Amino acid sequence: MTSKTTLKFMLAAGALSVGLSHGALAQGTVKIGSVLSVTGPSSFLGEPEDKTLRLYVDKINAAGGVAGKKIELVIYDDGGDANKARTFATRLIEDDEVIAMVGGTTTGSTMAMIPVFEEAQVPFISLAGAIEVIDPVRKFVFKTPHTDKMACEKIFEDLKKRNLTKIGMISGTDGFGASMRAQCVKVAPNYGMQILIDESYGPRDSDMTAQLTKIKNTAGVQAVVNPGFGQGPAIVTRNYAQLGMTATPFYQSHGVASKSFIDLAGPAAEGVRLPAAALLVGDKLPESDPQKKVVTEYKQAYESATKQPVSTFGGHAYDGLFILVEAMKRANSTDPQKIRDEIEKTKGFVGTGGIVNMSATDHLGLDLSAFRMLEIKGGDWNLAQSGS
Amino acid sequence: MRALVNHRILTLLVLAAMIAALPLIFPSSYYFRVASLVWVSALAAIGLNILMGQAGQVSLGHAAFFGIGAYAVAIGPAHLGVPPWAALFLGALLSAALAYLVGRPILRLKGHYLAIATLGLGVLVALVISTESRWTGGPDGMPVARLTLFGWRVAGSDTWYWVTGGLLLLGTWIALNLDETPTGRAFRALHDSEVAAQVVGVDVARFKLQAFVIAAVYASLAGSALAFMNGFINPDQAGFLHSVELVTIVVLGGLGSVVGSIVGAAVLVTLPQVLTVFHEYEHLLLGLIIIVAMIFMRNGIVPSLSGLLFRRARS
Repeated sequence: MTSKTTLKFMLAAGALSVGLSHGALAQGTVKIGSVLSVTGPSSFLGEPEDKTLRLYVDKINAAGGVAGKKIELVIYDDGGDANKARTFATRLIEDDEVIAMVGGTTTGSTMAMIPVFEEAQVPFISLAGAIEVIDPVRKFVFKTPHTDKMACEKIFEDLKKRNLTKIGMISGTDGFGASMRAQCVKVAPNYGMQILIDESYGPRDSDMTAQLTKIKNTAGVQAVVNPGFGQGPAIVTRNYAQLGMTATPFYQSHGVASKSFIDLAGPAAEGVRLPAAALLVGDKLPESDPQKKVVTEYKQAYESATKQPVSTFGGHAYDGLFILVEAMKRANSTDPQKIRDEIEKTKGFVGTGGIVNMSATDHLGLDLSAFRMLEIKGGDWNLAQSGS
Repeated sequence: MRALVNHRILTLLVLAAMIAALPLIFPSSYYFRVASLVWVSALAAIGLNILMGQAGQVSLGHAAFFGIGAYAVAIGPAHLGVPPWAALFLGALLSAALAYLVGRPILRLKGHYLAIATLGLGVLVALVISTESRWTGGPDGMPVARLTLFGWRVAGSDTWYWVTGGLLLLGTWIALNLDETPTGRAFRALHDSEVAAQVVGVDVARFKLQAFVIAAVYASLAGSALAFMNGFINPDQAGFLHSVELVTIVVLGGLGSVVGSIVGAAVLVTLPQVLTVFHEYEHLLLGLIIIVAMIFMRNGIVPSLSGLLFRRARS
């Protein structure tokens, strides 16, 4: 290649990176950012989050915005790639100059983005599950979904009520499964649980009968717990029924709390229990339940706008957005620092995931009552009768 | 010969000038971040291009070495007490050693068989990284300690722009020089015809292995740089999709063209950022652009365009 052409390509490459600028900040608007995994392997989480944020920001703006200002929502899709998420986070801070962020679909992408928001001192409400996001507490990082540790505790609490203490575990080796398994092993002694056998499977495995047979042949197993999300738990559930193990109580995690799990697992899902947010059983909650109004309204709004069944993941985005909006109203300011202080003071916020009471040492603000123990009956979620 | 030397120096000068001049037009440090990502991807791609473009051997598992470099600087300081800068060299050494050990048997394979063997290597390394969670933090990744050199804490997008830019210059310089050495010529002979190369006395096995080790070290250094820059690393960087991305950069930019690797990286890293305005059509358009580029510029962007300009100039 000649030197002249070399120069030309260099310039072309340079010009490419210049063409990334954005429009100027309009008056009377305030920018909220979001990086979500709308496509890629975590799209079943990211897509409802994306739709929820767009739907409710439109609603808020139609009602006059927040403190007289319209919200401008900037959403980027990281495709499930943490490195890309990190770049988009930098873009939100540096280029779009957002005052806060509600996003971070997976734990991996959230962890990659945290340093950006901590350094820029901009509040970041994450939608990721793992406890590492808020433990240790970081000044500008909050999250809305229940932690996997709470799910373990809820399951063990239920097991204890049923006088079952010897359990077998079968966990996915993906991020969610591995993290929840570790938390379950950690909290098991607090509930007097004995883990007799601890098996695992790969996220793309298509048959788990080998691991389940091992559990079946382990003497004394009174119940089986399956931390995991995606398709894995549905296959485990099917195999569980095929091996005729249904007499032993079977627990799934909140990771499968979407209608597609029941569809995938079919009749094998009958009798399976799992901890999940009130959103899934909104219409079955008693009228006295404080969350009844919020969850039924969200479900109706989401389903009529998207024509798709509601999932708890979109609910996390709803909670994050409204915790932020209420903090902005209280702060009556667009200063990220003041908004952060108000988010931390969130008390008695009724969301789809539970009642949120944050503090300087708790950036999640949910307790075990946020989880309902559900049982799948007749192809639908039902509130499990505790102690039965 | 003088023309060749001049051409090399000029390419380097243009690259250096561009790295120096770009910050003048960058409105925010987000642009520094994107440019740094281009430099890092380009560095890994230049290495892979020595293996693929010059020596003509394919590797579908190259992100494995990228991952080793990245995790070396994460695990070294966190678990073994190795200073971060030393972990960088340790990672490079480890990558070179692994490439040497694995390369000896698998580089005997040809074509599809070699592709599958390198693919297997990549999958294995990614699997180890995502399952050895005690060391690597598992699928959710792990934080990386900041790089400190003589008390200077290397942090911030702007700083890393200059560090990665410097690394890229160094990498480009070595790759351009390599092209003109006996080793480089042996690589080319291998590329054109292995039998012919053997007949004229080129030690085929040795040179293949050399190219593989060089490519592994390039990827490892790029991986370390990215890990330091992000302060966080997860197994995606060692995964199959990242391997494919590296191969795409090399092929899109132009096999055997050092400048091509930089252009390929620039296109593949900046395009997704530019295309975000199209929302859901983003991936569709990205795929379309790559397909169109490969149909109309079969030898890759740089060789095709330079060939075109060359012909115009002559006629």
